[in-house]
Amino acid sequence: MSAPGPGAVESVARPQGGSRIAARFAELKNQGRGALIPFLEAYDPDPATSMAILRGMPGAGADLIEIGVPFTDPMADGPIIQLASQRGLKAGATMAGTLAMVRDFRTEDTTTPVILMGYLNPILSYGAERFVTDAQASGVDGLIVVDMPPEEAEVLAPSALAAGIDIIRLVAPTTDEARLPVVLNASSGFVYYVAITGITGTRSADPEALRQAIPRLRRHTDLPIAIGFGVRTPEQAGEASRIADGAVVASALIDTLAHSLDEQGRAKPDSVRKVLDQVRGLAEAVRSGA
Amino acid sequence: MNKPVTPPLRPNTFKSGPDSAGRFGGFGGRYVAETLMPLILEVEAAYTAARNDPGFDKEWRWLLKEYVGRPSPLWFAERITKHCAGLAGKPGHGAKVYFKREDLNHTGAHKINAVIGQILLARRMGKKRIIAETGAGQHGVATATACALFGLPCTVFMGAVDVERQQPNVFRMKLLGAEVVPVTSGAATLKDAMNEALRHWVANVEDTYYCIGTVAGPHPYPVMVRDFQSVIGEEVRWQLAEQEGEGRLPDVLVAAIGGGSNAMGLFFPFLDDPSVEIHGVEAGGHGVDTPAHAASLTGGRPGVLHGNRTYLLQDEHGQILEGHSISAGLDYPGVGPEHSWLHELGRVQYVNATDQEALDAFQLCTRLEGIIPALEPAHALAHVLRLAPTLPADKIIVMNMSGRGDKDIFTVAGHLGVKI
Repeated sequence: MSAPGPGAVESVARPQGGSRIAARFAELKNQGRGALIPFLEAYDPDPATSMAILRGMPGAGADLIEIGVPFTDPMADGPIIQLASQRGLKAGATMAGTLAMVRDFRTEDTTTPVILMGYLNPILSYGAERFVTDAQASGVDGLIVVDMPPEEAEVLAPSALAAGIDIIRLVAPTTDEARLPVVLNASSGFVYYVAITGITGTRSADPEALRQAIPRLRRHTDLPIAIGFGVRTPEQAGEASRIADGAVVASALIDTLAHSLDEQGRAKPDSVRKVLDQVRGLAEAVRSGA
Repeated sequence: MNKPVTPPLRPNTFKSGPDSAGRFGGFGGRYVAETLMPLILEVEAAYTAARNDPGFDKEWRWLLKEYVGRPSPLWFAERITKHCAGLAGKPGHGAKVYFKREDLNHTGAHKINAVIGQILLARRMGKKRIIAETGAGQHGVATATACALFGLPCTVFMGAVDVERQQPNVFRMKLLGAEVVPVTSGAATLKDAMNEALRHWVANVEDTYYCIGTVAGPHPYPVMVRDFQSVIGEEVRWQLAEQEGEGRLPDVLVAAIGGGSNAMGLFFPFLDDPSVEIHGVEAGGHGVDTPAHAASLTGGRPGVLHGNRTYLLQDEHGQILEGHSISAGLDYPGVGPEHSWLHELGRVQYVNATDQEALDAFQLCTRLEGIIPALEPAHALAHVLRLAPTLPADKIIVMNMSGRGDKDIFTVAGHLGVKI
């Protein structure tokens, strides 16, 4: 397996004066709105289609982008992202291939933060140190490693942070007062609030519960907070981005992509457009301030 | 990880693990999503409290005696011993072979020991329903049984492929009142059943306890299941002394390894007895030099899955591979983290037996001892049949007969070309 070398993009991989994620949230705060953070799974259903979706996302209104790194055993994900993961793997997704997508993206876009979301084993298999080096060189800004709680982060977090890559952590409704500081103190970039007790894409977030939960988090952290798991519609995204600082939409977009595929699971000519149109709709709701 | 690991120092005791982080050396831990973390911390706190409560131990032991039927016999397998002496071909050879008869437990396997313990724990925690994963169905049946006894609703997650090939156990679980959920995600086998059970747990935190069947998963499951299963080895210690004389220890312990709970249960009480050699037998499938096996320690490398760092069957990219074994109880791509640690320390030797060797041992045991073994311990027996002839006749091998083979007769018939 050959690693993607740093290549010509090294100069643009990191902006002057700190993190792209912090810069983007600060910029949005000045605009008085929250962030839309759409998700795509690498190589789903094929490398070219997922690359086209990634490239099109900023233009469609993505403020930050989350890329899922396919894994055979995505423990925290519901059926929609599980299937996306399987399609990605079938299309040949690897860590090297996912990093190459980010590197290609960075040749055109040097400001939109890119966050990789995945599980620890493919990173360990790639080699944690080598992964941090290559992720930095490719222009990755943050990592969500689902099965790496603060207690197990030694293997990756210190070197990632030293390389300027944020470790974004999930906080769940079940994370109690005693545990909250443990998780938040080990977070950087932003905090990902899991809106439901459950897995991705299975239930809808309850705005009332969110209005209670987000201030509880704010008492413990100054980091921006994004809400995910259970944010599907433009209305929900708009609401979540106003209650917190951003909304992550994943399963709803993957669902659209999955439904756009032909019977053999291949992308059709309008697959990319359908996903990006949906991103546009979400972005409008986030920007409307209504 | 790809980095070479420095050889671990040999500890003063092999029984000190895990540490407070749930680690056995570099293995184990709590690699779970934050959504799960509060749950496993709650289980850990409850288990620590229960262990320090004599009333908990007393109730568990009473149930093991009166409901499960413990102690299980330690049977001197005289005809197997004679057979091995015959294979030895030289006088004075052929070690004595004993079977620890976990197959005689209620529900027919060792699984019930840890299930009873965990259900008592769930009750202490005020949980109202139980979930479990199962591969061959033995752990599912044991859990459904205990839930029937305690009047608790039970949901068992089982790979859709396993549901098809283990119909009798599926029907048993349903008779016992459990709901069996076929899991179609991933490869639709045991590892996917475990993923699905974990997902379901996260979504049903308040009232649900997850009863794990083996010495794997996030801390505290590996230590908790090992502690409960250690009743096996503790009994062997006094039972052998009764039959062979005060202070007589086994010379070799042998047990089959899937996740490794029956093996940990037999091995753990003897880890600090240096005269006792310990052999774990992994499922060699079609052979460990083919892709079709489930020998994680022999053919895998360390990684993270299902909440713990341990040896895993995985490809060069860290994607998890499917294990293969004739035994549905062994085809798990991981292994308990304590086994990984004992493997690296060299305290336990991990070997393997193929599908064919297990099938041969299955038939031999049935004819010579009148015991139909499960295909899991048939792997252990295959190793015993290789090992015993090489040892002097005054040596003693204790093998864990971890389950009975009724559930496997259809599989075996299929392989023998018999239609039933």
